Amino acid sequence: MQLTLERVDLKVGVETYLGEVDLVLEPGSLNVLLGPTLAGKTSLLRVMAGLDRPTGGRVLVDGRDVTGQSVRRRNVAMVYQQFVNYPSLTVYENIASPLRQAKRLSAADIDRRVRATAEMLRLDGLLDRLPAELSGGQQQRTAIARALVKDADLLLLDEPLVNLDYKLREELREELRQLFAGRRTTVVYATTEPQEALILGGSTIVLDAGRVLQAGSALAVYHGPCSVRVAEVFSDPPINVMPIRIEGELCRTPDGAAFPRGEHMRGLPGGEYRAAVRAEHVRVNGAAGRAALGAIVELAELSGSETFVHARHAALTLIARQDGVHEYRLGEQVTLHFDPDRVLVFDTAGALVAAPRHPALERRVA
Amino acid sequence: MARIEFKQLAHTYRADPRGLEDYALKPMNQVWRDGGAYALLGPSGCGKTTLLNIISGLLQPTAGRVYFDGVDVTERPTAQRNIAQVFQFPVIYDTMTVFDNLAFPLRNRRVPEPEVKRTVERVAEMLELGAELRRRARGLSADAKQKISLGRGLVRSDVAAILFDEPLTVIDPHLKWTLRRKLKQIHQSLGLTLIYVTHDQTEALTFADEVVVMHDGRVLQSGTPQELFEAPAHKFVGHFVGSPGMNFLPCVLEADGARVDGVRIALPPDVVAKGRRAGGRFEIGVRPEALRLEAEPRNGAPRVRIEALAELGHYRIAAVRLGTHPLKVKLPEEQEPPRDAAYLCFTPALTRLYADGVLVG
Amino acid sequence: MNKTYDNRAWFLVLPVFLVVAFSAIIPLVTVVNYSVQDIFGPGERYFVGLEWFREVLRDTRLHEALWRQFLFSGLVLLIEIPLGVAIALMMPRRSGWAASLALVLLALPLLIPWNVIGTIWIIFTRPDIGLLGYAVNSAGIPFDHTAAPLDAWITVMLMEVWHWTPLVALLAYAGLRAIPEAYYQAARIDGASDWAVFRYIQLPKMRGVLTIAVLLRFMDSFLIYAEPFVLTGGGPGNSTTFLSIHLVKIAVGQFDLGPAAAFSIIYFLIVLLFSWVFYQVLQRVGTGDRR
Repeated sequence: MQLTLERVDLKVGVETYLGEVDLVLEPGSLNVLLGPTLAGKTSLLRVMAGLDRPTGGRVLVDGRDVTGQSVRRRNVAMVYQQFVNYPSLTVYENIASPLRQAKRLSAADIDRRVRATAEMLRLDGLLDRLPAELSGGQQQRTAIARALVKDADLLLLDEPLVNLDYKLREELREELRQLFAGRRTTVVYATTEPQEALILGGSTIVLDAGRVLQAGSALAVYHGPCSVRVAEVFSDPPINVMPIRIEGELCRTPDGAAFPRGEHMRGLPGGEYRAAVRAEHVRVNGAAGRAALGAIVELAELSGSETFVHARHAALTLIARQDGVHEYRLGEQVTLHFDPDRVLVFDTAGALVAAPRHPALERRVA
Repeated sequence: MARIEFKQLAHTYRADPRGLEDYALKPMNQVWRDGGAYALLGPSGCGKTTLLNIISGLLQPTAGRVYFDGVDVTERPTAQRNIAQVFQFPVIYDTMTVFDNLAFPLRNRRVPEPEVKRTVERVAEMLELGAELRRRARGLSADAKQKISLGRGLVRSDVAAILFDEPLTVIDPHLKWTLRRKLKQIHQSLGLTLIYVTHDQTEALTFADEVVVMHDGRVLQSGTPQELFEAPAHKFVGHFVGSPGMNFLPCVLEADGARVDGVRIALPPDVVAKGRRAGGRFEIGVRPEALRLEAEPRNGAPRVRIEALAELGHYRIAAVRLGTHPLKVKLPEEQEPPRDAAYLCFTPALTRLYADGVLVG
Repeated sequence: MNKTYDNRAWFLVLPVFLVVAFSAIIPLVTVVNYSVQDIFGPGERYFVGLEWFREVLRDTRLHEALWRQFLFSGLVLLIEIPLGVAIALMMPRRSGWAASLALVLLALPLLIPWNVIGTIWIIFTRPDIGLLGYAVNSAGIPFDHTAAPLDAWITVMLMEVWHWTPLVALLAYAGLRAIPEAYYQAARIDGASDWAVFRYIQLPKMRGVLTIAVLLRFMDSFLIYAEPFVLTGGGPGNSTTFLSIHLVKIAVGQFDLGPAAAFSIIYFLIVLLFSWVFYQVLQRVGTGDRR
């Protein structure tokens, strides 16, 4: 189904949970709602499902206004963070429950669909167990199966993997991606992790403080964030932001250090800006980039294959990511190198004025 | 400060265990040095929280002894063990201000008020909570509350070890970085023994000097992040550490290397020799980071089909197939991704051999 | 949050709505009707406006009954709430047969019909054949609830506490069970004494259930009728004539419906006012919220 939200508002008392949300979700698309906690992701999902009525604006399904319609009449399935299953029913009965309520299918049909869905989610050996006898991952898979078996037009998932350990999350994410690929269901997946938005692909909708900041294909939003806030939300580790002043051919930081302009910054008039460069593009010592900033190491975090260096340049704390394992002493002087061609430039209000060219940005944005 | 030691520590939750499989913690011996930062890493149900609760005294082990600095503390209750614990969700005293929360452990021990004030202010400064001291703890954000929980441990001068039970679970990804930085700085300046339980390998590897990987109640490997990454002692460690995990290919051992589905993969001769002596089912273990895809044919590099390509911002993951076996390869951002087929290159120094799931070389 | 609109739900509510209308709203309207009329007999009614209200408010016996009632309800709250919480604290925290047994024993007094309770305690405290009455008297303390006002009060209080404290205990127990184990663990690590655990963890987290307990006990005790009436009939003299007993004396004994109706309305308003006050106070205590 094509789901449209027109100027949707959700206010409770003096709190604005959602402000002027305008979205169009194409049929069969996979949409990731990315935002920090309390950004309004759950509220938005509930409005899409019909569990809450927006205080302003309309919700349209395939062009029809369904704003007042109760969720039971809409064709929606939802998966929650907490593994929600009927505790007294077996896995088989849990998955079959939405089909039984519809009452339009024969027992043989129900059996067939339940078994097919269970097999898709690798639950076929567990059909007669109770949810209490299952592990966390298995319980969540049961909840997902129950949502999928309905073959609803709209499937909503509210941070479904957040209560599982990270390896299980990796595996389920991959499974989900393949599951969603083959269907005509419109899927909306809410998460706080930028990594998930990139892995799942599809279209990313960045939400913060109840407002949609940007919507587009995952890579387009990643490489071309329309504001500093979007860049911050869509980065892990946090993106490095520094105030700069463009004077002639150089960009100057407040403490006087300078680096040359990047290719994509050609057309910008001189003045105050905010420059952002991702940790992955900042190197420590080693190969010289065209921009160099002296810094003092505050901390070096070693994960097995890479090193994250937190270093301080004047008043800024910057994070650099390096391949391999490197030891640094606290207080050590290092030089941070980066390529100005990788820098995202925003004006003082936070809006994007220049972004490095990237194939993802040249393609038509969804 | 404490050196923590276990001797033959084991625990079961069942009243009448019938065998080793009923034990949540199988018998284990460990020595953790004073002032080290340790991470207990493992999937849900591996026993890491059980172990943590035994160290803190909240759980009495069914068997074995626990020693702090050589002293047997197995029977001692929590309050006498000089440890502090930070839980998964922030535990604060709602009715008190931030100051009173931090002062609580000191006041319980009847520390004179001027000293309480000094200590609380010092710790609040360290945790960047100085501005919030007079506010009610209830209204703060999750990460500030976790800092308060941590602070309650830091105010006690006699604290030997601080235990963390998945403390960053409810924190937003960005703030996780800030809190981790804070924890590491505290560790470096105070030199306390820190024990951190998590199922997230990035957290474990970035936090700890030494990571203890657990699975099914056993310690599979205990080593530095680099050791775990480059030489996992056990197939499970290779799979669990690293995102994505290590690739495993069943193989046959030959004179000069291994053969996977007819494709020859080079191995150092001493590894082959060790493999022969060990015997069993052999597998090649190689990390996605240690593989390369080249567009041009290379010496002995097999041609593989690219089945899927995932874009992850600053790198890509290619899913390929060698014979019948799926593999994942990590490709840097700068490399132009190959279209449908490429040549798979191994790095002999980073290719490992496993026999029956255990590292041979 | 605005829930989406579903008409069918109203049909399910309709039967209950009709029953409530019949059994509560219509009688309420009747009472208001009577409170502004003087009724001499069927067919002879005169509208007197607020006369009954004025007369009732001037009645000294009413004032006395009101003070007695406040004293009674105050004592009830002072004794039952802490006692109920204390009992809940002593009950086993983990589920199991011990907890279930404790809950059943605790709930027993709540299951007995209220006039039967009155009867039990009459006999129990009789100086000649009652276990308690005989024991106390033979210990040298003269105790007769039919003769001395103080003894009557003590008996009524004992009966009331015995009857209703289990309700407070059950509510408090439910509240205690809801506290996650991590809080107790953190307190142990912080070296907190049992009293500190109670004051800083258990009590704040029980605020919701205690609010309910206070409201319920206040309203019920303020309206109490059957048990004291059966036990003492309001005596000796007027010493245990609480508000509802006084009201029934006027309405049924003297068959003066006008003043009785007026008084019922005042009674209702007093209970409403105090409940609202209690609720507001309890919601704010200890939170520092500017709600």
